[in-house]
Amino acid sequence: MIFQIILLIMLAYVVGFIYFGLYRNITARIQGRYGPTVYQSFYDSIKLFSKNNTVSYGWMFYLGPVIMATGAVLTLVLVPVFSDSDFLRSVTSQGNLFVLLYLMVLGPLGNALAVGTGGNPFGVMGVVRGLTRLIGLELPFYIAVVGLIIAANSSDIVHIIDVQKTAGLNIINHPLLFIGAMISMVGFFGASPFDIPGAPQEVYSGPRTEFSGKFLALLMSQGSLFAFAKLVLIVDLFLGGADSLVMLVLKTFTIFVAIIFIGIVYGRYKVEQAVDFLMKLPTLIAVLGLARIVWFG
Amino acid sequence: MESGFYGSSLDGNLKCKFEESGLANTHEIMEKAVRWFRSRSIFVVAYGTGCGAIEMPPTFTSRYDAERMGVVGVATPRQADLIILSGYLAYKTLRRVIRTYEQMQKPRYIMTLGSCPINGGMYWDSYNTIKKLDDYLPIDVSVTGCMPRPEAVIDGFVLLQERIRNGEKAGWEKYDENFEFYKENQKRVLGGHIDPSYETDWYNLKSGGKA
Ligand code: SF4
Repeated sequence: MIFQIILLIMLAYVVGFIYFGLYRNITARIQGRYGPTVYQSFYDSIKLFSKNNTVSYGWMFYLGPVIMATGAVLTLVLVPVFSDSDFLRSVTSQGNLFVLLYLMVLGPLGNALAVGTGGNPFGVMGVVRGLTRLIGLELPFYIAVVGLIIAANSSDIVHIIDVQKTAGLNIINHPLLFIGAMISMVGFFGASPFDIPGAPQEVYSGPRTEFSGKFLALLMSQGSLFAFAKLVLIVDLFLGGADSLVMLVLKTFTIFVAIIFIGIVYGRYKVEQAVDFLMKLPTLIAVLGLARIVWFG
Repeated sequence: MESGFYGSSLDGNLKCKFEESGLANTHEIMEKAVRWFRSRSIFVVAYGTGCGAIEMPPTFTSRYDAERMGVVGVATPRQADLIILSGYLAYKTLRRVIRTYEQMQKPRYIMTLGSCPINGGMYWDSYNTIKKLDDYLPIDVSVTGCMPRPEAVIDGFVLLQERIRNGEKAGWEKYDENFEFYKENQKRVLGGHIDPSYETDWYNLKSGGKA
């Protein structure tokens, strides 16, 4: 079991970092430039891990990235990776969707505590922006998840995957829920128009402003692990899971590219605009999807 | 300041351990690898002093695209490896630049653009600019020209990457070794008060605050 967990983390690390490399590369191509190599994020992370650390704000500050990494790893091990085999499904049976939804916000909250200790005003501004945005992001996603739980009559992800094998994919059966959840996912990935917390021209790098060297590297690594976990979760919930590595990469990559394209086309919302938007359109779409399930089955 | 990657790219303790167990070769290979990764990923904080700041946007955006070599701009000195000083430095600016440079984490490098930071350039007889920046902060790469074109700036990046890869002695090592010399020069032009004061023991302020 320990072996499988380590293998899963390694897989997520590699796939996540290559996806982020592709993210930078595809963005560059769309902007009409050559762009960095696909492995650039690896180089960055290894370089950052080999850097010196001479600043200190006490242990609470450095606990922030650790709590974030904990949230990411726990989310990762609770999401079933393959639909048919028990491989890499080490502790999935211990948790269900409710635990996952809770763990997804553990990281941001832990980071908020840490950044507050550092006292950098840009960090604090970034955290406040991030948590405000979270109110808007969670609403449509949670409504969509509740709809899926009602439809499958279970909060077990494995069961939701199994139901899709006979009844058809959720993306076709419940398209409204998918649209609502995807709009929040764009925000969960920090893509435009919801890239408010770390907006470079406004609050420098937001919560990451004071982090350097190894802790920045840890933040980057947990980001890629978490991104992989979220992609697999979306694939499990709406695309019926993946039965092989090829299918997994294909399906997660499709979702990922969709998110990149949305992110490139749009500019950035202000904080209140983002919450306003998320509380109206995606929430409305998700509620309609939920109503359809409740009344028409 | 804490010990860490001084002089070489890996920890001194680690090096001793490797040598004890007869793995000096492995240590060398690891050091080479780390140097290669460092050269391939350079985070830049662009400190726009003087006229040269105008050449940095084209260097980093679509026209010249420095990101293809792993050179990206970051927002804060905490995350940066390289600071670009793009022209003459007034005394007032120098004070801020020293502060910014000392906030960067090692290994850290300095690149200057134009002739002003080398010998004063056309400001050589100005009453409030410094002439030779190398006396106050250790420069790694000077890109000359008044003003250097983005191609020249990219040439400077390539030179810096080569130096990192070859493990040549970098500016921050010189700064550590000749700390007194640099501080003496800085005090000569800036007066006695340079933040942060190295006489203050920030971690024990209650017990008198004297290191
Ligand atoms: S070298 Fe020329 S362009 Fe650069 S700061 Fe000096 S005068 Fe300006």
